[in-house]
Amino acid sequence: MTQEIRVTNYPEVLTDRASHYCPGCHHGIAHRLVAEAITDLGLVDKTILVGSIGCSVFIYNYLSLDAIESPHGRAPAVATGIKRARPDKIVFTYQGDGDLASIGMAEIMHCANRGENITTIFVNNTVYGMTGGQMAPTTLVGQKTTTCPGGRCREHEGMPIRMTEIIASLGGVAFAERVAVNNIKNIKKAKKAVAKAFEYQTRELGFSFVEVLATCPTNWRMTPLEANKRIETEMIPYFPLGTFKDALAKEEK
Amino acid sequence: MPSRVEFREDRCKGCLLCTEVCPAGIIQQSNRFNQKGYKVAEVTPENMAKCKGCAFCAMICPDYAINVFKTESGGKA
Amino acid sequence: MSAPKRIFVKGNEAIARGAIAAGAKCFFGYPITPQNDIPEFMSSAMIEAGGDFVQAESEVAAANMLLGASACGIRALTSSSSPGVSLKQEAISYMAGCEVPGVIVNVSRGGPGLGDIGPSQGDYFQAVKGGGHGDYKLLVLAPGTVQEAYDLTIKAFDLAFKYRNPVMVLADAIIGQMKEPVVPWVPENRDPNEGQDWGLGGAQGRAPRLIKSLFLDDGALAEQNLKLQAKYQAMRVEADQEMFLTEDAELIVVAFGSIGRIVKSTVRKLRGQGKKVGLLRPITLFPFPSDTLLSLAKQGKRFLTIEHNMGQMVEDVRLSIRTVADSAFHAQLPGNLPTPDDFEEPILKALEG
Repeated sequence: MTQEIRVTNYPEVLTDRASHYCPGCHHGIAHRLVAEAITDLGLVDKTILVGSIGCSVFIYNYLSLDAIESPHGRAPAVATGIKRARPDKIVFTYQGDGDLASIGMAEIMHCANRGENITTIFVNNTVYGMTGGQMAPTTLVGQKTTTCPGGRCREHEGMPIRMTEIIASLGGVAFAERVAVNNIKNIKKAKKAVAKAFEYQTRELGFSFVEVLATCPTNWRMTPLEANKRIETEMIPYFPLGTFKDALAKEEK
Repeated sequence: MPSRVEFREDRCKGCLLCTEVCPAGIIQQSNRFNQKGYKVAEVTPENMAKCKGCAFCAMICPDYAINVFKTESGGKA
Repeated sequence: MSAPKRIFVKGNEAIARGAIAAGAKCFFGYPITPQNDIPEFMSSAMIEAGGDFVQAESEVAAANMLLGASACGIRALTSSSSPGVSLKQEAISYMAGCEVPGVIVNVSRGGPGLGDIGPSQGDYFQAVKGGGHGDYKLLVLAPGTVQEAYDLTIKAFDLAFKYRNPVMVLADAIIGQMKEPVVPWVPENRDPNEGQDWGLGGAQGRAPRLIKSLFLDDGALAEQNLKLQAKYQAMRVEADQEMFLTEDAELIVVAFGSIGRIVKSTVRKLRGQGKKVGLLRPITLFPFPSDTLLSLAKQGKRFLTIEHNMGQMVEDVRLSIRTVADSAFHAQLPGNLPTPDDFEEPILKALEG
């Protein structure tokens, strides 16, 4: 007697609709990892999503949660307001590299430093995607964008910023990890990291942060497969994967 | 244990990330365009028998366009 | 021990106490002169009242925290002074666009730019005409005494939730820093479920809620704007003013806030000399008491607007009475502290025509 079972079980909180993301954009994978984490931890009913400005501004169309739009860069402040108003809820921000590391630098650092019990998912694709591919704080040296057409130059534009390392250095941070979703091994690690971040929020250990290295095939002027390859060849060497802060790991030592 | 995949061709954006991760190497770009103009990915019927049911393709698909099924034996008769 | 029947406090503290009496549960602020008493008082009082306090990293962050907390349907506020209020404008526009309540306190100082740390009324345009982008309005309340600062802060929260709109309490360094007796009171019969039918809280057992101001679909933004305008029209019933000796006045002096209160003394003195002058002190700057002004104008009265700026509210006075009258204007220059005597001559001059 045989029975067919379904291996793929997409969480209910992930809405069943086509997304506006470009072919090969990693946002979809990151959204799914968040959906899986909050589903597996039983948090869906009390989660509040704080969106930001970027390609992911419509994330509330893809995750069926109470949600708010925040001004560019300010999601960590909006999330702070929500968490202080409703400390029993699970609050997370989902931000890109322009939003978080440029205009929002003060907000993310102070939110992390205060140890707000919220989670930030930081999707780093080294460009401003939504607005057409301008230079971002994480754009790599030599990388050409619409506002550094000759390639980012250290003397003129400075060096790309490694956010996870900076966030990890702040006192209020419980967990900070950088992951990628360019292959199955990395996706599995990323899934664990995202789950851990939310789990740490439930334990009120402080601020949790996951940086997800991601592609932007359209603005990198690459095919999805080429863009995916760039994660490994160019991005991971500069933005190393790994856990940079883990409050519980420290205690166990 | 036979396995199979179903591609939601209306959701597929033809990014081909799935072709990179399939350990059996059976996913390929088809010759079909969907309504949005994307050339969708496929597994041919002949190749489906080689599907391992690992669901790596679904794991990397950013559009949740793949469903994976396994046929299990229902227990001792 | 029962609550004191009367306390002697600065305007800043009265505002903070009023907010707590109104049931505010979160305060987000930042240091800036001349309103530092507010975050300092709140840093302990708000906690004692069972709420929460954050000294944010900037006025920008504080305003965005207010956006977040208010989106949950709870009473929250932020305070600042002129340059800091400039920083808050984007968040205020978002609050108006998303239709969340919330109170913003501006203890205004001299400008433009760094200006000074003394009083001024130079933020009238910013408050009433929209310092932020887009077609929106704040309800704006302008206290003229420390007691009124307490009372209007409570009213600000009620109005914010009644209309699901941000509300500004516009004071200045005079009101903020001077001490007067206040009879504290706590509003009764507050709705315990206020804000819970639309606020964010996790979609348990119901459809998810979305607090947003982005409307990209065809016609959607137009519709949203019409909805907001209808709301602002409905707000007109909240227009409020103090009328002092206006009935038989030949000249009406129009002045708000601390200047209104100082002008009241001047009017009292001139009445003692037999001069037929009166005061109309707008208490709501938006909605502006246009109807009241127009009815006074139709009675043939003349007008002099006095403000602590280079001419802002006078435009709204002129707009209100334009079909029948005009208003003279006297600027109390920013950077100078006025006394009642300073206004005697300009009022007499306007009275003589």
